[in-house]
Amino acid sequence: MLGYILKRLLYAVPVTLAVSIICFSLVQLAPGDPLTVVLPADASQEIVDQTRARYGLDKPLPTQYLLWLSNVLQGDLGTSIASGRSVSSEIGHAIGYTLSVAVLACLLALVAGLALGLVAGYTMGSPMDKIASATAISGVSVPHYWLGIVLVVFFSVKLGWFPAMGAGRSGQSLGDALSFMILPVLTMAAMPAGIITRSVRALVAEKLGQEFVTALRAKGMTSPHIFAHVVKNAAPTALAVIGVQMGYLMAGSILVETVFAWPGTGLLLNNAILTRDIPLLQGTILVLALIFVALNLIVDILQPLFDPRIQRA
Amino acid sequence: MTDQGLTPPQTVPALSATSLNKTFTVRENGLGKPARYVHAVSDFSFDLPVGSTLGIVGESGCGKSTTARLLMHLVKPDSGQIRLSGEPVSRAKRDLKQFRRKVQMVFQDSSASLNPRLTIEQSITFAPMVHGVSLRAARETAWRLLDRVGLDPARFTGRYPHELSGGQRQRVNIARALALNPRVVIFDEAVSALDKSVEAQVLNLLNELKAEFGLSYIFISHDLNVVRYISDHVLVMYLGQVVEQGPVDQVYATPRHPYTRALLASMPSPDPEQRTMAAPITGDPPSPIDLPPGCRFAPRCAFAESICDTMPYELRHGETRVRCHMADPKLGHSKAEVIQ
Amino acid sequence: MTVSENALSAQPTRSQGYWSNVWRKLLRDRVSVACMIVLAVIILSAIFAPLLTSYDPAIGSVVQRLKPPLTDGYILGTDELGRDMLTRLLYGGRMSLIMGILPVLLALLIGGTLGTVAGFVGGWTNTIIMRATDVVFAFPSILLAVAIAGALGSGLLNALIALTVVLIPPMVRVTESATTQVRSLDFVEAARASGAGGLTIIRVHILGNILAPIVVYATSLLSVAIIMSAGLSFIGLGTKPPTPEWGLMLNTLRSAIYSQPLIAALPGVFIFAVSLSFNLLSDGLRSAMDMS
Repeated sequence: MLGYILKRLLYAVPVTLAVSIICFSLVQLAPGDPLTVVLPADASQEIVDQTRARYGLDKPLPTQYLLWLSNVLQGDLGTSIASGRSVSSEIGHAIGYTLSVAVLACLLALVAGLALGLVAGYTMGSPMDKIASATAISGVSVPHYWLGIVLVVFFSVKLGWFPAMGAGRSGQSLGDALSFMILPVLTMAAMPAGIITRSVRALVAEKLGQEFVTALRAKGMTSPHIFAHVVKNAAPTALAVIGVQMGYLMAGSILVETVFAWPGTGLLLNNAILTRDIPLLQGTILVLALIFVALNLIVDILQPLFDPRIQRA
Repeated sequence: MTDQGLTPPQTVPALSATSLNKTFTVRENGLGKPARYVHAVSDFSFDLPVGSTLGIVGESGCGKSTTARLLMHLVKPDSGQIRLSGEPVSRAKRDLKQFRRKVQMVFQDSSASLNPRLTIEQSITFAPMVHGVSLRAARETAWRLLDRVGLDPARFTGRYPHELSGGQRQRVNIARALALNPRVVIFDEAVSALDKSVEAQVLNLLNELKAEFGLSYIFISHDLNVVRYISDHVLVMYLGQVVEQGPVDQVYATPRHPYTRALLASMPSPDPEQRTMAAPITGDPPSPIDLPPGCRFAPRCAFAESICDTMPYELRHGETRVRCHMADPKLGHSKAEVIQ
Repeated sequence: MTVSENALSAQPTRSQGYWSNVWRKLLRDRVSVACMIVLAVIILSAIFAPLLTSYDPAIGSVVQRLKPPLTDGYILGTDELGRDMLTRLLYGGRMSLIMGILPVLLALLIGGTLGTVAGFVGGWTNTIIMRATDVVFAFPSILLAVAIAGALGSGLLNALIALTVVLIPPMVRVTESATTQVRSLDFVEAARASGAGGLTIIRVHILGNILAPIVVYATSLLSVAIIMSAGLSFIGLGTKPPTPEWGLMLNTLRSAIYSQPLIAALPGVFIFAVSLSFNLLSDGLRSAMDMS
């Protein structure tokens, strides 16, 4: 087990390095001289020279990369062109918003997905199953940025229950803060809920057909016990899915946060794109990708603990 | 070629192998662990006289299939040589392509050895067309061969493999192998998956085809009865080595190697006279990964002595060859006379 | 032993090939048929848009801004610049469908080739190709697409590149695993044993047998690609105004969310319908192909 964890951690090292190389090369990808890409158009000659020296822009690419990497490791992700603030502080402000919505959406998706998946799996072929399955595939297929708009139309414009945009102001009550989060959370939860429903449904159907359930029935075990067994078997799958989906949600937040003007990393990315703020784009992408790598790592390490049947050499 | 009895013994064999060796490397998962080796085939030699059938028997995992793949040049040997009609076969592309016209193979799994997306006709015409035969000529060959193996071409050419029975599919595979007009056909457990009645029909067909097309066969099987029926010579394999080979009647009547005797003893025979006095084999065959340094059969042999910790050589006794210390009294095995 | 000319020219008993079987099964599945009809209608109406409407998708009239559906000859109303919504939705389908389908086709071509080579050749070639795709898998797909398109700058070609790059690795994985499975089957060995070269074996024996899982997967990728490409336009990284495109229309119509909420949400219905249809069709294909 320890060997497996070590091996998995070791494997994450080259992946992380590769992610950093791709993020580094985003600046090279952008059309134009890297110097003009990372600096405002009206930057003084002094700042130009400073930046050139700091990033080693007159040196070969590998050297530039190592300089950039050492800066990143010290928490320096560069300076935003648009705001002039450090990219890391911009991300620091935004990430909490993204994280809170993503966590709530995951919890909601986990509960909804498990419930729908269990219902569908237990009633395979029935109208109940058909409804649950249709909901699930709709959740997977829906463009979530459009779902957000539809929810705003219904709950904000028509019913006026929840605010349509923003995160409110500082010092508001918890209830007010939550009311701003409800629609983004609902929007974000659709896709992972659909995925969990589909995998739990397949798993339940498989488990119910398996011999140990037949054996339990033969032993006179009542259905609540069997239900408990099935849930116990379905939970690790759902958790693994949600772990990976968490990363997708934080990354995919760019579209949803644009819809709701939610001040997280997604809106940050959107602003970076609109203003062609490449340092901000690069830094935000790097942080989100690293979170994704870390979440995958955690899922891989935790899964054998939840599910002892998965033997990892 | 019609009268094999008159073929002088010094005639060049259709196919022969000298000292073939093949070791597979097993890579362990952990970092830094030493690699381990599977000795799939070791010091493997035989001659296949023109027009004859060589049966290869042994338990599963003894290297029979690897042998077939080595002979087909599907796997590269570590050392040793394969000769076709006396000519060494190089692994150069052109040589290999010519070799493959002459040596063909029929596999065990009749369904896996036919491409499910191709019709029977497409499967049979594939190989000739690879060798530059025109579609028309290839189709004609396919129809003629299907007819010859007992399948009505008009009914079967347009069908797909899944629409055929196992026996029909294996007939298609035989037709497919013959489409290149080969000299040698290797059968790797080719009838093992068939029903007994179908098996008998296919075996008879194989004998007819052999005479008709002047073929030589290598027939790999775990079924000793089938091998006895179809073979002229038999070769017994144990853990990648030949432990005994010789004319089939001689080996079945007076087996010399304890392993051969044990195999024959476990064989369901209708004739009690055929049964030999032998100790049954005990235990599982050892893993080909951790081989004993001496005789590979020693750990399961009832007659194993200290001399058996050394590797026995192949000893020639007339037409038979045996790899056992008991085969020669001079070697000092106390039970050496038991065999004589 | 020669077969007479008559026998050769006689038509042998033709039986159903694999694909015609799949097709028949698919036609028996009502959901799949419905999806194919929906897709056909949307695709055909995008192609023949000029025949279906007399309005110009780029020209509007300021006085006719944001009319509700069924007014003054505007069947689906007008957008924020007074352009006919139905016209823009029909023409918008062109760009949305092209930008959703083309990257999948390109990824199928490039990723499929890489995956087949990796699976068929094995060894170091396999290791290099598969590790390279692992790197791309370290990114959530939408994030990488945004990163590439964002760095390259907005524009159709850049969005196309970004989407293709993101879709290649999953295509490689699916093709590689299918090829590796087929490669080990006896009929491939038999083909090698009959002297066929690698390319011939891939063409005759591998492709036909890996196509089924690849088609299923590519169909589900179409669903993802439609959502992603419209998403890129939605955040300003794909199509530029005034070209009609569903994702871009969703974005520009956000200003109308209070005055004409129905119109504001309309373009998304089409993205959803196409994406859902491809997903359901992929499920239908999967079960239609699941036969012995």
